[in-house]
Amino acid sequence: MSHAARPAWLVLEDGSAFRGRAIGAEGEAFGEAVFNTAMTGYQEVLTDPSYRGQVVCMTYPHIGNYGVNEEDVESRRPWVEGFVIRSLSPVASNFRAQGPLDAYLKRHRIVALDGVDTRAVTLLLRRQGSMRCGLSTTEPDPERLLSRVQRAPEIVGTDLVKDVTCEAPYEWPLRDSPPSPLPRSRHMVVMDYGVKYNILRELAARGCRVTVLPAASTASDILAHKPDGVVLSNGPGDPAAVTYALAAIRGLMGRVPMLGICLGHQLLGLAYGGETFKLKFGHHGGNHPVQDVATKKVEITTQNHNFAVRMDSIPGQAAEVTHQNLNDGTVEGMRHATLPIVSLQYHPEASPGPHDARHLFGRFLDLVEAE
Amino acid sequence: MPKRTDLKKILIIGSGPIVISQACEFDYSGTQACKALREEGYSVILVNSNPATIMTDPEMADRTYIEPITAEILEQIIEAERPDALLPTLGGQTALNVTVQLAERGALSRFRVELIGATLEAIRRAEDRALFKRTMESAGLEIPRAGYAHTLEEARAIAERIGFPCVIRPSFTLGGTGGGVAYHPEELDRLAKTGLTLSMIREISVEESVIGWKEFELEVMRDVADNVVIVCSIENLDPMGVHTGDSITVAPAQTLTDREYQEMRDAAITVIRAIGVETGGSNVQFAVHPDSGRLLVIEMNPRVSRSSALASKATGFPIAKIAAKLAVGYTLHELANDITQQTPACFEPAIDYVVVKVPRFAFEKLPGADPTLTIQMKSVGETMAIGRTFPEAFQKALRGLEIRKDGWEGGPGGTPADLLRQRLATPTAERIFYLKEALASGLPLDEVFQLTKIDRWFLRQLDTLIAEERALQAAGEQMRACMETAVGSAAQLAGAEVLRRAKQHGFSDRQLARLWGFDERAIREWRFRWGVEPSYYLVDTCAAEFEAKTPYYYSTYENPPLVLGSRLKVQGEGSLEPRTVNLEPRKRKIMVLGGGPNRIGQGIEFDYCCVHAAFALRELGIEVIMVNSNPETVSTDYDTSDTLYFEPVTLEDVLHIVRREAPDGVIVQFGGQTPLNLTMGLAQAGVPILGTKPETIDRTENREKFKRLLDELGLRQSPSGTAMTLEEARLTAHAVGYPCLVRPSYVLGGRAMELVYDDEQLARFAQAAFDASPDFPVLIDKFLEDAIEVDVDLVGDGETYVIGGILEHIEEAGIHSGDSAMVLPPHTLTDETLGDIRTAALKLAGALSVVGLMNVQFAVKDDAVYVLEVNPRASRTVPFISKAIGVPLAKIATRAMAGVSLREQGVTEEVVPPFLAVKESVFPFSRFAGVDILLGPEMRSTGEVMGLDEDFGLAFIKSQIAAGQLLPKAGTVFVSVKNRDKRPVVLIAQRLEEMGFELVATQGTLKALQRCGVHAGLVKKIHEGRPNVLDLLKRGGVQLVINTPSGRLPRADEVQIRSAATMLGIPCITTIAGAQASVNGIAALRKRALTVTPIQRYHELLRA
Repeated sequence: MSHAARPAWLVLEDGSAFRGRAIGAEGEAFGEAVFNTAMTGYQEVLTDPSYRGQVVCMTYPHIGNYGVNEEDVESRRPWVEGFVIRSLSPVASNFRAQGPLDAYLKRHRIVALDGVDTRAVTLLLRRQGSMRCGLSTTEPDPERLLSRVQRAPEIVGTDLVKDVTCEAPYEWPLRDSPPSPLPRSRHMVVMDYGVKYNILRELAARGCRVTVLPAASTASDILAHKPDGVVLSNGPGDPAAVTYALAAIRGLMGRVPMLGICLGHQLLGLAYGGETFKLKFGHHGGNHPVQDVATKKVEITTQNHNFAVRMDSIPGQAAEVTHQNLNDGTVEGMRHATLPIVSLQYHPEASPGPHDARHLFGRFLDLVEAE
Repeated sequence: MPKRTDLKKILIIGSGPIVISQACEFDYSGTQACKALREEGYSVILVNSNPATIMTDPEMADRTYIEPITAEILEQIIEAERPDALLPTLGGQTALNVTVQLAERGALSRFRVELIGATLEAIRRAEDRALFKRTMESAGLEIPRAGYAHTLEEARAIAERIGFPCVIRPSFTLGGTGGGVAYHPEELDRLAKTGLTLSMIREISVEESVIGWKEFELEVMRDVADNVVIVCSIENLDPMGVHTGDSITVAPAQTLTDREYQEMRDAAITVIRAIGVETGGSNVQFAVHPDSGRLLVIEMNPRVSRSSALASKATGFPIAKIAAKLAVGYTLHELANDITQQTPACFEPAIDYVVVKVPRFAFEKLPGADPTLTIQMKSVGETMAIGRTFPEAFQKALRGLEIRKDGWEGGPGGTPADLLRQRLATPTAERIFYLKEALASGLPLDEVFQLTKIDRWFLRQLDTLIAEERALQAAGEQMRACMETAVGSAAQLAGAEVLRRAKQHGFSDRQLARLWGFDERAIREWRFRWGVEPSYYLVDTCAAEFEAKTPYYYSTYENPPLVLGSRLKVQGEGSLEPRTVNLEPRKRKIMVLGGGPNRIGQGIEFDYCCVHAAFALRELGIEVIMVNSNPETVSTDYDTSDTLYFEPVTLEDVLHIVRREAPDGVIVQFGGQTPLNLTMGLAQAGVPILGTKPETIDRTENREKFKRLLDELGLRQSPSGTAMTLEEARLTAHAVGYPCLVRPSYVLGGRAMELVYDDEQLARFAQAAFDASPDFPVLIDKFLEDAIEVDVDLVGDGETYVIGGILEHIEEAGIHSGDSAMVLPPHTLTDETLGDIRTAALKLAGALSVVGLMNVQFAVKDDAVYVLEVNPRASRTVPFISKAIGVPLAKIATRAMAGVSLREQGVTEEVVPPFLAVKESVFPFSRFAGVDILLGPEMRSTGEVMGLDEDFGLAFIKSQIAAGQLLPKAGTVFVSVKNRDKRPVVLIAQRLEEMGFELVATQGTLKALQRCGVHAGLVKKIHEGRPNVLDLLKRGGVQLVINTPSGRLPRADEVQIRSAATMLGIPCITTIAGAQASVNGIAALRKRALTVTPIQRYHELLRA
């Protein structure tokens, strides 16, 4: 944290302006401001494609403590529009560290600030709901930055999936990953709406052959891979804007078992004829309690979503709730009434976050097995 | 699952007296548990021998037994009460150990008492090292590789298997001496050989060394449905090798990636399941290799611990309360998070600040003790601080420690490089200060890391403090220049920026004042004028994600956002943080200042008084603001007060809170010397001090003014004088005559108080007294040899004064009142003497217009009553007396301070109980091999117990058992006393002989005994050859030691005898008075067995 660091601004849509120090790339970035309450795992957060379109503020003040490494990534690059923290670590202290966080941010052209009271940002977001914001290392006048923030696009109605999905199908593990010791029996197709690597790692670790397909693949494209099951991945933004994915999912229903995760879950809600809605400020962190409605067991879960499924909008009891958020009662998991389709609003792949829900991959594979 | 309805009555065991490693945290946990269970409609039976606890207040449980915590006594209580269940996990190791004993005696099955929280098997799996190892291995977890060796060959074989370095520890030695780290085979041979010789059972353990590894702890909670949450992670700044209680610790963990943290979390959950703790909290300790990340499980406590208390205060998650509710069948998601009220307790707190805990040591009280920090805990207390960043929290913690450091200050300075390296390599209480010297002197960070193994993250953070301090130093000129510039000018704004950045790094006003050559007040006024003031942020369990309903605050300095458009800077104190606004007509607000970290002389008794103040004020409908920095306490529980500020109790921090809260009054007389010492500063700043006037405090603490007061009142005091210089001290000493007592002003616990016999000693101790309380006079008074000391506590409202209790010391004068055994009511004093004492005490109270509590110490010699000292504040004996007389003195005093007269309260008469209450002290000697256990004017005890009975002998023996002095009913007594005691010891010896004890004595004592016809065997003194008394002790040939010091300077061999007895757990009595009382006790015990009676029953007797 050198005192010579360049000044920079974070301006929220409501006119709150925070002066901080630039620790990443030069320039400006705009997006929806969200706070994340996880105390570890900033590198996983940075590289989670679901954060496309968002500026992430970490509530834990010390970030960068253990540096960055090549293993703890959730995709090929960081996706956040901007990154805001309270205090950048002056050292990367961990035996796996390969470099400091600020150099990583610069390398990947992420505009980032430190020295910002992220608790104050959080309080503003909690009180006023999601807001657009802008970061700038080049604009000395926060008023001018504010006017640009107010012209920035809204996330509602925007398809962000197309920005993050893969261009062509690929197999997991990637060539440079160590081979799995398990025989690969089942074939899983993962729809990449912004998939986190750990979903792929979890499936591979359970002996699946994994094929990742671009988000725009149609039902027949997907079925052509003869999958035993399809995983609808997480991803950024408003599910209602990803109409092509919705069409594909509708085409898959009744033809293959499916697991929806996060955005995938929301898309299933839409496919069932229901609606999604935007939460006031979303769930972003690693400590949300979710209860399995059947077993009553509680899992501490990783969450990262701004939209949720409105259960009572799903017609004809097409689906039932399997998991519920204990903090605010929102739907965390669904099962189709008759078809082998399950979905989770939260992240069983964790990374970052607790491993409590990992076993749900196994549960899905059992479902696949039963078909 | 809802709560169990098959249980009605639940037994809770407390942790007994405060000792090193078991302090207030178990009062906090026990109190929470009692409240939680009674809230659910269960009947609670509580056992704890420690009267200074909130949990033993009669209204906390349905039946409260202030009785020794032994299996025999507990069995009697169980037989009388027939509880359905026993909850053993809230009273520390004491409760767990006695529970295991109860189970082994078959008492639990005989009376059909169910263990809830943890089963016997779970306790054993966690506590028995071999079982623990097996359990961890079968759960797939690693623990340090180790083995036991009985020969050199075995040791070599084990070392070969586990590799170097390895730690050699002889089993069963005095004070754990003789171990070491072997880095190569040669060293192993040497250490193994000495170790085998030193071990009484010729056994050594050879263990893989984890010294220098990173150390972590996770606080885990599990419910009956197998839901598990991690409440908090803690990372130790001091790596493995230093007991976690002696380490500076930080929450949350700082240097683990998510992958490593989750691996540790998984392991912790595996551990709690494998050990089989069904419900409640546990603590799992891990070591992580800094270069490979290899994770080892070190140990697990299947119970609430010191770390749980810390984790509770650090996160706002009330572990003990939730543990109690889980034990009766609730699941985590059925319980609410008290802080948010809208979310369940089944979650993992997210924190958005850094918590630093720093231990407090008392080596100055234990001359001769080895100050090296090891795996055996040596600290006596701790302070915790919260800040937005580590540097801020760290500096706050250090100034909250109250060791005359206003933050992170350096070592003495000028330490030669070699010595400095040595100071870094050996962990001690001072290492952190030498660390500053080392970093400031430019010792490379990497070398510092190699020497200390303190993680580079911490070192670099600390290094930023050095850089910041340099920058501040350099800014001195600029600051002096801009002090007078107009507010709003560019220079002023730049200056304010410097100040703000300094405060964000946790620098105190005093540190800044010293750096820039101002006084503290100037810095503060300057900051206020420029708007550099703290914000108060909430401890809310959720990093602001949800609204917090409990006002639990810490201070920090943040950069407030601008609000664009209005161009108005958001002013002042964290205006974004919502404040609970009371819409009712403004209530009166009173602030209670706590006592900061526990130390010898200032412990739980004072926290007890602060908590009572809070309770009494809330009952009166007054809003209570609590300020304290001790995470172990009940006072820092968020539901004890209306608003809690977890802050250092220093003038700066308290003034900030006063400025924000504008209380109608501040109570300084309950938290011990810490808040009392702030009185003048607060009064000068215009803060309304409640109760006895600040000038009065000065009149009693300032030794010279006090002497004048006594003269005015015509009260007798032993010849005395005051001195401000060494020369004056010498003249005064000669005027009053040796031996005399040297007492500094404004200290607690007899700090630097000494009995001196000649000029040389005087010079040494008078200097220490001047150092202990600079700028104040030292009192030198003639020592009243063989006098009986008496403590009186009284309460007043400025008009009426009522004596709470008169306590007679059992040991003769010269022993600090905090260390002395005492009895209430007095059992040897005549009514006439007691009358004189009462008159004198009331006269003093009247003259000082006491509002609140006051303590007076008297000495009685040849029927004459002398005043020794007056303390216009709560004393250590307030809880003890309150329990004995069934009257809550601290509450009454609080009400008086709030304006409710004693008459209105119906408190006008002294209560003299028809039974005897004996207070005994407990000492930390068994942890410090080689330290003499002799008592003197400087207090050295860590805690106290209470013995109650209608018979003095039995009340005394109960106090001894409770204090761990297990007086034998038969066996051999070793007697060796100084010449002056040879006559009185004969009577004692005769009685022991009559009761069938064997006696052995050293030459001189033996002669005295034989002359009076007492039979005794001869035993050699240490220097007389072998076998000598030490051999006899070690062989188990002695069950009781009576050894009074031979002279003013104890001889080395006596120290060895007493220290050895303590290490071996043989009761050792060092005064004739103590021996007399003990013999009475033993005799009483032989006549009648001990019985148990709840405190509520005693209180009924008082009302009858």
